[in-house]
Parts: sequence; C-alpha cells; structure tokens
Amino acid sequence: MTEQEKQPTFTDLRDLLAHAYAIEVDAIDRYNLLADQMEVANSDELAALFRKLASHEEHHAREILERAGDMELPQLKLSEQKWTDAESPEAAAMEDAHYLMTPWHALQMALKAEQRAFDFFDRIVNTTTDNDVRKWAEEFREEEAEHVRLVEDLLKRYPAPDPDWDHDDDPPVILE
Amino acid sequence: MNIVSPPLKASDYKSTLKPVWCPGCGDYHVLLSLTKALAELGLPMEDVAVISGIGCSSRIPAYLNCYGFHGVHGRALPLATGLKVARPDLTVLVAGGDGDGFSIGGNHFLHACRRNIDITYIVMDNRVYGMTKGQPSPTTEPDWDSALSPGGTGLSPFHPLVIALASGANFVARAFSGVPNRTAEILVEAIRHPGFSFVQILSPCVTFRPDEREWKSMTHPAPVEPTSDPAQAARRIMTDDGFNVGILYRGDRKAYAPHVAANRSDITQLETAFSV
Repeated sequence: MTEQEKQPTFTDLRDLLAHAYAIEVDAIDRYNLLADQMEVANSDELAALFRKLASHEEHHAREILERAGDMELPQLKLSEQKWTDAESPEAAAMEDAHYLMTPWHALQMALKAEQRAFDFFDRIVNTTTDNDVRKWAEEFREEEAEHVRLVEDLLKRYPAPDPDWDHDDDPPVILE
Repeated sequence: MNIVSPPLKASDYKSTLKPVWCPGCGDYHVLLSLTKALAELGLPMEDVAVISGIGCSSRIPAYLNCYGFHGVHGRALPLATGLKVARPDLTVLVAGGDGDGFSIGGNHFLHACRRNIDITYIVMDNRVYGMTKGQPSPTTEPDWDSALSPGGTGLSPFHPLVIALASGANFVARAFSGVPNRTAEILVEAIRHPGFSFVQILSPCVTFRPDEREWKSMTHPAPVEPTSDPAQAARRIMTDDGFNVGILYRGDRKAYAPHVAANRSDITQLETAFSV
C-alpha cells in the first residue's frame, strides 16, 4: 500500500526494546505462515527454509528479552507501534509467495526484511537524542547488518532462477 | 526478564490447523489481521464466534481458536444473526468472500445491514470465485477477460460499500490484506462499533487473478476522515478509485437488540421463547 513514510522518534530505552522484540515476533509469525504455505504446496525444502528463518528470529527474540534483564517490556498495542510505514520492518512480504518459488526467492524476501530492519535502527541511531537509546540501537543495527551478511552468504549457494521459473505446464486455471 | 503481556497474544488465537489457501493468497494476511485484532481487544476466545459460508475465505473459522461455524453457502449472516440474538454476550464475526456474500447471500446482506444487529461482517473480496476455479463474481470488473468470460462479462460490478450504506450498515470500511496492521486496526474499530459493521477487505486471489498482486501499489489510505453523514460517505465511495483504504462511515444508529428472555442455565426457558 502506498503510504507516506514516517520518521518515528525513540527517546525511551524500554520503548525501543519493546519495538525490537515486536519486530522479531512479527517476523516469526510471518515466516511460520510462509512455511505453512509451502507445506500446503508440497514444497518441503522451502517450508524447512522458512521454519529455519523463523527459528533464527525466535533466537533473536529470546536474546532481546535476556538483554532487557529485569526491565519490563510492554506488549505494544497497535496504536503504540511506531514503524516507518504500516508494517514492522522485518515482516516478510507474504504476498510475494508463489507455489513455484525457489530458495533464492525466499532468501531475497528475507534479505529485504533484514535490510528494512537495519534501516529502521539506523534511522533511530541518527535521530535519537537519548544516549542509551542510541547505544542499543547501534547494537541492534550491527546485529541486523550481520543478519544481512548471513543471508547474502546463504544466497551464494542458490543461483538466481531462470526467468520462466513460474512457468507451469499444468497451471491451476481452466483454459478451455 | 519480564514481559508485561496481555492475557492473549495474536498467535494464541490461531488454531494448529494449517490453512490450505494458495501460497501468496491475501487471506493469510486477513487471518493474521484478525488474530491481531482479537488480541488487541483482549477478547477471551470463548466469547468470540466466527461464522462463515462457503468459499476459500470461508475456511477461516477453522484456523482460529475461538468458536466457529462453517455454514451454508451465502447463509452466514442469518446464522450469525440468530446467534447474536440468542447470545448477545458473544462477539459475533462473520467472514466470507464476494461470491458467498454478494451473490448467493446478497439478499441476506441487504437485510443484515438493515437490521443493524451488533455483528461485524468481513468480506475478503478478490473479485473472483476462486474455489470453483475462476468464474467472475459480482464484484468482477466488466472487462476482465478470462477463459470463462471471454471479453469480460460486460456487467456492472456490485458496489458493496455503497449498498451497505444505503441498506443501513452502521460502520463501513475498506481495507487491504497486504497491510495486516492497518487492517487489524480497522477490524478493531469495526468490532467495537455498535450495530452492523461491514469491512470489505481487498484480498488478492494470486492464482486466478494474478493481476491483483498489483493492488499493493494501487491501494492508499483514504485522504479523508470518517464521516457520520451517509450521503457524504456515499458520494465519496461512488467517486473514489476503489482503492481508498480506511474507515469511510461511522453511523450512530442504535443497534437492534431484540429482547430474548434466555436463561442459559435453564434450557426450557430458551425453548419457550421459540414455541409456536
């Protein structure tokens, strides 16, 4: 959906951590739903890949809670969520799923999500007036940069598919 | 380490049954939006019932952890009406598609709007009959050319929002499945609003209408605030491009709530109310 990009500001560490956690929760939900879709389409390799991505995000979510220590993080209401656009940055674009998609497509989807998360924290680093928020946002940004590199490394194993990757000799439409 | 959580998270409302929709189907997003909305409202699962008809989108009750009823084609609204009248304490949601709701169930749609019972009707509109392999539906564009409608049907599409408005719906909104958070916010408002709330969710059918993948770049937030003037809302809806997303009308009609002397602890009293 075309929507004007916003510039959310963060000046409270608890608020930043709650958003960092919410980003991971959304990413987990999306990857699991994508894995479900691939299982329905009998694409076991893709289903396993999306489950693996979901599992990585679960690990990150646990890390955020551990790092928060005794700090209580609120579960953000929809109206309290401050994203750059309508959705949280690391939520994979489920609408791009296709029953003939390849691991390359899945990883491209993940790469875009990780890059959006990097940009989200980068923007906070450059706009916040709070030193603690900046310090933590820098750490999150570095982690997202690491995730981008990991996905890029994974992508080296999967060459880009042929241009007609979505061609199906027996497509699910009535042609006569 | 502590997280201050509401009683239920969005994922708690999702059942363990895996949806069988096509990969990329907009209905996955609607499922996500609905679970987010229910979590936002903090509704106990046992206080929510989702009623559906027939079609791809009508499978949604099975994928939720609250009460569900997968009903008869086009008859979800009468079922939901009966349930809400008998159990006004429940939050009753109705879900389905454009064929189920506007063709087979078209008459029920008009009268559910008119009755203004406190239920929320969610239509996942993909402008095609997906489950039966791609026939044009009431909302299909007249020039949609397909093997089953060569050259298009030439028929004027049904305008669900303006028809809902004219028939007396108390809340009218359009959403796009591809932005689940925005859609969840609209659903929250629709459920909270008293009376009959109607939400048309543009939900692409990527299999039979792959062109609808473009809706992501075509939809945009409605550039106006919701109005309580039905004439103004109707003018806006009839003159917009069909891709305005947001709450378009909030009415103030009192919800119709017939008195049913039902004492749930005594089934005989409930039977008496229906005796002839």
